[in-house]
Amino acid sequence: MKEQDFGYRKYVLGAIAMVIVLLYVARLAVLQLASDEYAGSAKSNALFNNVLYPSRGLIYDRNGQLLVYNQPTYDIMVVTNEIEDLDTLDFCHTINITKKEFDKKMRNIRNLKGYSRYTQQVFSTQISGEEMAVLQEKLFRYRGFYIRKRSMRKYEYSYGAHLLGDIGEVNQREIDRDEYYQSGDYIGKNGVERSYEPELRGEKGVQVLLRDSRGRVQGHYQNGEFDRKPKPGKDITLTIDSELQKLGERLMEGKAGAIVAIEPSTGEILCLVSSPTFDPRRMAGKERGRYHAELYEDLNRPLLNRAIQGVYPPGSTFKISQGLTFLQEGVITTSTAYPCSRGFRFRGMKVGCHGHGAPLPLIPAIATSCNGYFCWGLFHMLNDREKYKTIQEAMTTWKDYMVSMGFGYKLGVDLPGEARGLIPNAPYYDKAYKNDWNALSVISIAIGQGEVCLTPLQIANLGATVANRGYYITPHIVKEVKGGQIADSLKQKHYTKVKKEYYDDVALGMRRSVLGGTCKKANNHWYEVCGKTGTAQNKGHDHSAFMGFAPMNDPKIAVAVYVENGGWGATYGVPYGALIMEQYINGKLSPGSEAMAKKFQARHILRSSAELKAIKERKEREAKAREEAKKARLDSLKQGKAVSTKVVKDTKAPNDVKPVNDVKPANDTKATKDTKAVTVPKDNKDPKASKVSQTTKDAKDTKDAKGAKPANASQALPTDTLRLDSLNPQNQIIQPTSSKQP
Amino acid sequence: MTEESNKGIFQSLDWWTIGIYLILIVWGWFSVCGASYDFNNPDILSWENRSGKQIVWLCCSVGLAVMLLMIEKQFYIGSSYYLYIMMMMLLVLTIVIAPETKGSRSWIPIGPVKLQPAEFAKFAVALTLARYMDEHGFRMDNTRQFLHIVGLIMLPIVIIIGEKETGSALVYLSFFLVLYREGMTGAFLFVAFSLIVYFVVGIKFGEEYIPNMPVSVGEFSVLLMIQLFTIGMAYSYCPDKQAITVMAVVTLVATALAFLFSAFVIPFNVCIIQVICLGLSFAYLIFLTFYERVLNYVWIGLFCVLSTAFYFGSNYLINNIMQPHQRIRIEVLLGTKEDPAGAGYNVNQAKIAIGSGGLHGKGFLKGTQTKLKYVPEQDTDFIFCTVGEEEGFIGSAGVLLMYLLFILRLLALAERQPDTMGRVYGYSVLCIFLFHLFINVGMVIGLTPVIGIPLPFFSYGGSSLWGFTILLFIFLRMDAERHVKDETRRGGG
Repeated sequence: MKEQDFGYRKYVLGAIAMVIVLLYVARLAVLQLASDEYAGSAKSNALFNNVLYPSRGLIYDRNGQLLVYNQPTYDIMVVTNEIEDLDTLDFCHTINITKKEFDKKMRNIRNLKGYSRYTQQVFSTQISGEEMAVLQEKLFRYRGFYIRKRSMRKYEYSYGAHLLGDIGEVNQREIDRDEYYQSGDYIGKNGVERSYEPELRGEKGVQVLLRDSRGRVQGHYQNGEFDRKPKPGKDITLTIDSELQKLGERLMEGKAGAIVAIEPSTGEILCLVSSPTFDPRRMAGKERGRYHAELYEDLNRPLLNRAIQGVYPPGSTFKISQGLTFLQEGVITTSTAYPCSRGFRFRGMKVGCHGHGAPLPLIPAIATSCNGYFCWGLFHMLNDREKYKTIQEAMTTWKDYMVSMGFGYKLGVDLPGEARGLIPNAPYYDKAYKNDWNALSVISIAIGQGEVCLTPLQIANLGATVANRGYYITPHIVKEVKGGQIADSLKQKHYTKVKKEYYDDVALGMRRSVLGGTCKKANNHWYEVCGKTGTAQNKGHDHSAFMGFAPMNDPKIAVAVYVENGGWGATYGVPYGALIMEQYINGKLSPGSEAMAKKFQARHILRSSAELKAIKERKEREAKAREEAKKARLDSLKQGKAVSTKVVKDTKAPNDVKPVNDVKPANDTKATKDTKAVTVPKDNKDPKASKVSQTTKDAKDTKDAKGAKPANASQALPTDTLRLDSLNPQNQIIQPTSSKQP
Repeated sequence: MTEESNKGIFQSLDWWTIGIYLILIVWGWFSVCGASYDFNNPDILSWENRSGKQIVWLCCSVGLAVMLLMIEKQFYIGSSYYLYIMMMMLLVLTIVIAPETKGSRSWIPIGPVKLQPAEFAKFAVALTLARYMDEHGFRMDNTRQFLHIVGLIMLPIVIIIGEKETGSALVYLSFFLVLYREGMTGAFLFVAFSLIVYFVVGIKFGEEYIPNMPVSVGEFSVLLMIQLFTIGMAYSYCPDKQAITVMAVVTLVATALAFLFSAFVIPFNVCIIQVICLGLSFAYLIFLTFYERVLNYVWIGLFCVLSTAFYFGSNYLINNIMQPHQRIRIEVLLGTKEDPAGAGYNVNQAKIAIGSGGLHGKGFLKGTQTKLKYVPEQDTDFIFCTVGEEEGFIGSAGVLLMYLLFILRLLALAERQPDTMGRVYGYSVLCIFLFHLFINVGMVIGLTPVIGIPLPFFSYGGSSLWGFTILLFIFLRMDAERHVKDETRRGGG
């Protein structure tokens, strides 16, 4: 009876079972077939990419001498979840830190982005081998702590800091730019380490490991099918001669400036000295951060690579480029002679010169470094209205010559942060002089003063161009990448706009300069030296410069020397140039030369950073005091005026502005430009001597601002690698109007 | 019984079920291999590993099964009550002597193995129920006898909850499905079902509001359901259809008007009107009870009131009495909150494991999610993850369909039993398996609450495997005796 009543219920129960199973199957289909989302989650759960770091490429000099290599260093890693019964004091004692430091490190780790209790976090980096050995022995007692092997850069010599560069941990910007990098990776920060980063770094390898829910590694995923071995970085051979570099740095001790030597036939840079410099060894390892900060604060700016980042007025070394331009443009021939009565004098304009016979043709003018000759040359070129319709056209032609010689733009050296210098063009002057200028306004550029600025590399390159009689090859610092190639742009010949025959003429002039002119000290009996001195006028001591090459025929080396505040070109420039040539061509210095080198090495003219700081502070104090005094005076005036009539107060108002301008520091470029615009009167067709001399002085001030004395501007510069010219507003003026690169 | 009749019994054994049983335990063993893989000891046959131990448990089960096939039905008829009493005493004893493991006292260590009496008590309860309902004169609609049965079911539940093994205790609720088959009114199941629906809908949509009206979607729909269910039950259980129609029209029209008024004229909480309607319905049903002298109206009236009380009571419980972590567990389960690191961790990792399996799965012993222990309890309660990850959709759907086949086969066997005892016992077995499947797989794929009960034949562990084997093979022996004449059987009893 009952059974018949409720028999239908077996179907109900059967249906319940079926509905449940079908519902679950549908749910499984949704989970397993509809999306890959869960597969991704499972992978990120379980797979752990263990990065294998390749060894970084080694760096050799041109003679195969090892300069930079790797040394193993160790990082302490911690998995916080695994720490158990840690004897903190004992641990701290073992790795030489205090309890406080330990707590701070642990706190920092926990606050890190991407922190996980289950994975290894960096506790401490770059532990030395000895410290590691001690720790290794006791490591079993410190559960949760691990040692990771990394490698650190080691330097054979303490020379070449700027060109070798350094490596440091990548920052967020670098990670964003190149997905190759992960937080904690090292990247080249400067010098060759930076410009050849892709070659040197090699390629990271990876082990795809299985990680369990507690973060423990449990073997290779798919038996290592996805593992990749690291590819070691490529070794690099530099064009640098380390002996030459060493000599250069010795000579520059206690001075600011640069020495650049180039092999003219290849464009290979033989030495690239920038002073003051620093010890590259201290830039690697634990000390790096502190040392870098210290250098960054130094008012002498040792981090600046003056050889390629310093922009200086080239002084008389620039006359070579002028002679070439005038010859090619037909302004002069080798027999054209210009008068020089202790300088260039015209309608009250005067550019001084030292005493020598006059009038002179080109070759002796180069030999004696006659200012008058080149001023007249430029004067005639700019005022040649038969050849050039306007002065602007003449100026543009002139600029094109300069650009073809590698000035005004980056040469393209394979180092980061190269400056472009400054070659003014017509629009630049139009703007600066409000369309009212003439050959006399700009005459000082003929002798490498005024607005013209070059880097020491560009000056050396001028020497190489003359040595090659009309062309240069992009100067470069890397000779060979093992198993790779250097860029084609570094092998390219660049011809200037001047014919070879004219180069022969100026080379002769430079030879005469050594034989009986300003560079007499560079003469020797081994080979024929060609040279040109430069003395760049400066508010303080003049800068001493030299540019030359040797031997005259079949040149092996072209050199530029620039010593800030060194005085006459002959004081430092010439002997330095001679020593560098001798070292390179003869392979060693003669005993006499060695004694001279020692003498120069011991002569220090650079003010210490502390001294500079004191001077700067004093100036600031004075300026502040002046300003306050002025303000106080104005206030008292205002109060006095308050009782007088309204009209008087109104007329006074605009006058208030001016005195404040005067207070601005002398090295403020903008202020200088303002003053310049004021000093050259609008109707000045016939400039008065006093006013023009004012102009030249202003120009000199401008130079200072551009970096001849970079110490002054150091506070304003955000980083050490920043190029000086990028700060100079005048460069931005020239940029849009310059027609093309050579 | 003689040798000869035993021989006949082996011929009439249901080899289909035995075949499915063997497939499931072997399939289960492979899953345990994946789930309990140890990287330090990759030998899956080693005694050190759970996969190795499971082989031993499997062999024991097969031996146990053979032994059980030897024991006549007659034995159970005579001893089921004693078995029940012994088992209940064992359960109580467990609370006293068992050491606390993972928060519960349900495991008795015997030498190297631990036994869980709750797993073995099931067959005793099933046998007792079958025996009791097989008594002459048993009627489901006899309230006293019905309460006896409910008592028999509730006693182990109470004791096992005392052991803090709530999951295992809940399994005993599956006996109510058996009672349904034997004639218990479906209203009980319907009431239980509707209470779950109120709870889920009420919590899940409690915080959502109908646009531009101060009316909670959850509250409104739960109250509407109570209204509709009340009307529906009244229609099916009461004779006076006209009177019910009046009640239906009045309450529903009032609710609809209130809703429209709230939507277009003045927004107010429509639920107030609904509660008033439910109150009026209750009063009306009580009136009808006395007017028409039919008791059913009272039950329906009570359903109406208790449903409303249950809804508001559970709301109050969750919002005012429960600890925050308990509330989060419920909210995570219902999908109103995400908490992959806390309460939702197991289920989230289980879903990842299953979802990452794809169509074919990652292959035997290649599931990273399970092999690397991302899913907790993965070789016991969460074993189905391993199936899903290593064997993919094909494997996991295959397991489910195999179970469906198994359950439907048991249904057929239960239905062909010659007496109530066999049928009730058969349905008990069936319903226990169904409940385990429903809860266990459901929790792994995130459809049911996380209740720690094993997946029969798959989850690692001797106790559960033996418990299910005993449950099944007692029934298979009963089934094999189905042709033996009733009179002969009854001879001794």
